[in-house]
Amino acid sequence: MPLDFKSYQTDNYYDELIQPSGEPRTGAKILVNRIESLRDGDILSRHKAAEASMYNMGITFTVYGEEEGTEKIFPFDIIPRIIEAQEWKYIERGLKQRIRALNLFLDDIYHKQNILKNKAIPEEIIRSADSFRSQCVGLDVPQSIWCHITGSDLVRDGDGQYYVLEDNLRCPSGVSYVLENRQVLKRAFPVAFEASRVLPVDDYPSRLLEVLQFLAPQNLSSPNVVVLTPGMYNSAYFEHSFLAQQMGVELVEGSDLVVMDGFVQMRTTHGFQRVDVIYRRIDDDFLDPTKFRSDSVLGVPGIMDVYRKGRVALANAPGTGLADDKAVYAFLPKIVKYYLNEDIIIPNVPTYVCADEKERKHVLANLDKLVVKATNESGGYGMLIGPHSTAKQREEFSEHIHKNPRSYIAQPTLALSRAPVLINNHFEGRHVDLRPYILFGKDIYVMPGGLTRVALKKGSLVVNSSQGGGSKDTWVLRE
Amino acid sequence: MLSRVANSIYWMSRYLERAENVARFIEVNLHLNLDLPEEINEQWAPLINITGDRELFAQLYDEPTRENVMNFLTFDRENQNSILSCVRNARENARSVREIISSEMWEQANRFYLMVRDADKNNSAVDNPNEFYTAIKMASHLFDGITNATMSYGEAWHFLQVGELLERADKSSRILDVKYFILLPDEEKTGTAIDNIQWAALLKSASALEMYRKHSKLVHPSKVADFLLLNRNFPRSVLSCLDRAVHSLHAISGSPLNAFSNKAEQRLGRLLGDLNYTQIDEIIAEGLHEFLDSLQTRLNQIDDAVYETFFTLRPLTNNNMQFQSQA
Repeated sequence: MPLDFKSYQTDNYYDELIQPSGEPRTGAKILVNRIESLRDGDILSRHKAAEASMYNMGITFTVYGEEEGTEKIFPFDIIPRIIEAQEWKYIERGLKQRIRALNLFLDDIYHKQNILKNKAIPEEIIRSADSFRSQCVGLDVPQSIWCHITGSDLVRDGDGQYYVLEDNLRCPSGVSYVLENRQVLKRAFPVAFEASRVLPVDDYPSRLLEVLQFLAPQNLSSPNVVVLTPGMYNSAYFEHSFLAQQMGVELVEGSDLVVMDGFVQMRTTHGFQRVDVIYRRIDDDFLDPTKFRSDSVLGVPGIMDVYRKGRVALANAPGTGLADDKAVYAFLPKIVKYYLNEDIIIPNVPTYVCADEKERKHVLANLDKLVVKATNESGGYGMLIGPHSTAKQREEFSEHIHKNPRSYIAQPTLALSRAPVLINNHFEGRHVDLRPYILFGKDIYVMPGGLTRVALKKGSLVVNSSQGGGSKDTWVLRE
Repeated sequence: MLSRVANSIYWMSRYLERAENVARFIEVNLHLNLDLPEEINEQWAPLINITGDRELFAQLYDEPTRENVMNFLTFDRENQNSILSCVRNARENARSVREIISSEMWEQANRFYLMVRDADKNNSAVDNPNEFYTAIKMASHLFDGITNATMSYGEAWHFLQVGELLERADKSSRILDVKYFILLPDEEKTGTAIDNIQWAALLKSASALEMYRKHSKLVHPSKVADFLLLNRNFPRSVLSCLDRAVHSLHAISGSPLNAFSNKAEQRLGRLLGDLNYTQIDEIIAEGLHEFLDSLQTRLNQIDDAVYETFFTLRPLTNNNMQFQSQA
């Protein structure tokens, strides 16, 4: 029996492809018609071929805590998610606004702190943030841009409204999967892809390189750009290597670099060579053992001094994690208002900050309804999903919150939108989010599409790859 | 290029070449044992001697039985020189330089590893050793072919060549040594039928039998040694490997062939000079096994020199300290 959507149920969730009536949404018509016209087993075999090629190519991530065969392919669903042009314009505008405001915020916080002096946000939130880097105070970053590469997570609620769930301003990963998924999908649905008029994502690496070159210390005609990785046992190593390869630059590890004669230099077979721009994929904490964690072996001793003198550029700048703090996030509407005098375009998910006594009381009384998150964690760790939790888990979190209220926030459980996923030769709805990638150089570029992450487990709301999530290609249509 | 990257490429190709040669060792031993007279038991201890892992083997196993030795050399994770360990290390090195090598090369390194890992799980090596060890050789050849068809002949390629050729030279010399360690009954003297059959099996394991026959028709011990050590044209002979390795070393440094600009070039050039002006009769007269021993030692010294010259660049600590104290 050929595949179709006749028995597909949207179950009262907002579905990205199919309307409650069972009809495809406007932008998805071509794709849905195409899928329903394919021969029996065709999609399944296309899916299997795609997975096999990913496995042989080692497009994998590392799962911790297993001995051999520690690599898995990032599970991937062959049915793309489709975003129409008008909707995309809204997202693009909203993300550009956020990134502008976040950069002004970071520059202010590490310099004059006007926003605190004017009491636009509570000073205590910043003072108490673990992610505030005193080493960055007074730092003049190249082109005054702190956050060059961002990957904000968007979700949709039952009514179809987009919300920003979090802004990932440190080292957001996943963009390589977007590019690889697109390659696979172009082969799987060439006809529908062309007819749907999808905006390209393939120029991301060259745009990233432009941003990085833009940051180089002045007067360099061909700056030496490198990607700094923690090494091949890092779960995102594939991506580090992929981006270096696509940009045609060296992939370096901390031990390849050394500070010498006032510059960062790399060890080559023909001696030392100066490095001008570093796209670093290691956390602030590990960047410079003389300034941050002294036990770090991943970083480069002395690199912060060179950076401070403007003799090397780092992307992203150290210290951006502050704007990533989930308690700081809660104040983003105020931050946008303060710096841009605009109302926020894409709203935040309503957030209760446990550091605030009134809000904390509300959270503790409603643990079974809320999602509780640690303010300084990411990747789906340190989370309590109230409606799916046990009494014992709620007890534990209640204790954590009492002990350390600053470290927690809570949000209502959203009815995350769903999209059809191929499961054993039929389609079922699964919850999704969206991570578009934003580059900030000469101007701001939002990659049309991004990583659609999907919770492959039935009913699950957690889309992180470390917790059984997968991905889909995201098609943004032309006007 | 980055020293670390050069190091990884060098070891990636060394490990793949090593895996291929361990498969050749096992293959030659399977053949040699088939031809032994009935009253003599199978001999597997010699293989452990020539790979130089006798102590480790003694710690892990009781008897050098066929099963134990084959497992030790093929799948044992404790043995860094087992085929599985080699292809795993090669793949890890390949993974760390993915952006330097072609994606086809990486894919083959990955497939090679998955094949050996699966064979460990499903016992296919024990059920059909000939097929399995042939597949190992073919996977390594495929990697070489892909390399030469998809990778620019730049610095990275030359490091890959040096690694592969030094490893191959070492292992070709060890294949000759198998014969030294195989015990023959007293009445069996050199030059007998069984002796000749064994020399032929040895050539076969180096994929050298056909090429040897074009060179000298009859299988004769000293001519076999001459062919595997000093032949200029056979791609697995020690001399031919080292000759190509020296070209790659000079391509990396840019120095002329008749001079040296670093320790690696000096040591390799000197060894090559010795081999160029040595005759097989002299080697036999002084003792083949002793010659091979010293050859292997000198190859190790060349490896050390490559490491010191290219892979361990140390910054001038003075400058480094100065800058740090300025801050």
